[in-house]
Amino acid sequence: MSSHPLLVFALALAVAFAAGGRLLVEEQALRRETGSVLKHLLGESRRAFALHVFLKADAYFHQGFYPSVFDAPVAPEAKTHLVEATEDNHDHQHNHGHAHNQHRDWLEAFGCHFQPAEHRHLEGLGQAREILPWLRLAAELDPQRVETYTVTAYWLRERLNQVKEAESFLREGLRANPDSYEILFELGRLYAENDRDVPRARIVLELAIEKWLRQEASKVSPDHVSYRQTLGQLAALEERAGNLERALAHYIRIYQVSPNPATVQKRIEELRAKLAAPQKPPP
Amino acid sequence: MNTIWSLAKVVVLEMVRRKDFYVLFILTVLLTGTAGSVNLFNDRSIVRYLKEICLLLIWLSSLVMAITCTARQIPMEREQRTIFPLLAKPVTRGQFLLGKFLGCWLAVGMALAVFYFFFGLVSASREQQWPVLNYLQAAWLHWVMLGVVVAFTLLGSIVFAAPSSNGTICFVVSAGILLLGRHLNKVALGLPQPWQSLLYGSYFVIPHLELFDVRELIIHNWELIPWGMVGLATLYAAAYAAAFLLAAIWVFRRRPLN
Repeated sequence: MSSHPLLVFALALAVAFAAGGRLLVEEQALRRETGSVLKHLLGESRRAFALHVFLKADAYFHQGFYPSVFDAPVAPEAKTHLVEATEDNHDHQHNHGHAHNQHRDWLEAFGCHFQPAEHRHLEGLGQAREILPWLRLAAELDPQRVETYTVTAYWLRERLNQVKEAESFLREGLRANPDSYEILFELGRLYAENDRDVPRARIVLELAIEKWLRQEASKVSPDHVSYRQTLGQLAALEERAGNLERALAHYIRIYQVSPNPATVQKRIEELRAKLAAPQKPPP
Repeated sequence: MNTIWSLAKVVVLEMVRRKDFYVLFILTVLLTGTAGSVNLFNDRSIVRYLKEICLLLIWLSSLVMAITCTARQIPMEREQRTIFPLLAKPVTRGQFLLGKFLGCWLAVGMALAVFYFFFGLVSASREQQWPVLNYLQAAWLHWVMLGVVVAFTLLGSIVFAAPSSNGTICFVVSAGILLLGRHLNKVALGLPQPWQSLLYGSYFVIPHLELFDVRELIIHNWELIPWGMVGLATLYAAAYAAAFLLAAIWVFRRRPLN
């Protein structure tokens, strides 16, 4: 084969692309500063792509069955199902604002045979791992997007049983967002529920509360959900550890911000009753 | 038919000799390999992102090959003045164009076969399964879609003066249809009259290349498309390719060769 200048140039380009990609990987491994390469390449514009990539993960969660911007515009503050799944009492009977069985014309009806047309989730054994590359990329693009770390950690920890990876990712998030009470809460939950490391979980959760008070308490509409979740985790932790007085103190704080104070009151009364009950002498 | 076939063989041989395919294939392999080497939470079984990247590269490469190779066919024959002795023989202008179309379409089909085989290997290396029928459907639909692209690029190479302008226009049109084609009706519904009717009308007129893009089904391991639907899609593409070819023949007959 005679050497063609265009071929040589294209091959050089291909090698450069591959080498660049490899260097990117190596650089990530060496440098601990998150998002540094993409920051240099894309500047601040990378943040604009981060939400798109995060939504891509949500689209993967739904196996490609996902509305386009023409179907249902997604507001940046709108919760994706990936996020909803991390919350308790998540209702899976949702739709995407578009019904694929209602077609506007024959062409649309014909076209639905060539794209995913049924609401499904990634639910098989470990299938949720397929969303991880996009979450990883979203974190690279916008390291200040706290939700990416908490959601990824939830999926790694709860659905994929990759606790070490979840912890490492949360620590990466914490380096990029040292004041994030959400990441600290997720880290504390990991120590409490997965590692059963009570002292460590207590320190992290108390730090989360401290950060929340510093950032949110003075706001007109503070993030009470995170506050309640963190206090609830801390209270449950103390209760399991036998520190009923500490648990009671946390429940009293939850009572002050709870949308359902009656339930919390009941829990408080139960704990008071336990505390009042005479201690059984050791056998 | 023999004349058309002979012309097509020349085009295929020329495309085999050219380096376009090899370069694009090497690029696809290198970029897919690089994407596959990224360590994602120490999990080596994540595959769908890799399938998506590989299929995207295959689609881009196939469009580049189909458009650039087709766009230069007639201008090259004119430039090298080989078109005059060719048409002096008992070869009609219609046969000449059909031969060029068939050659380009077969050449990109051969390239697609290699690309999809590579895709199958990438996918099987991590998924431990090989849904051959699904891949065949995807490759077939991809190929018939490229038939439409080749036909309208051929028409463009007669209408537009330079292969570069034709190539650019064909790229923009193909990319536009692939990205926005299926949403034109939704956009039209939000417009006032007469723009609504105009846009909705154009929605029905344009060839919906995006119908043939079944990457999402392949990436997420969906079931096979009903074969009847594949057949209808093939007829749909054949109708558009025939319309573009007839238009190309009609224009070519009325144009002076030089």
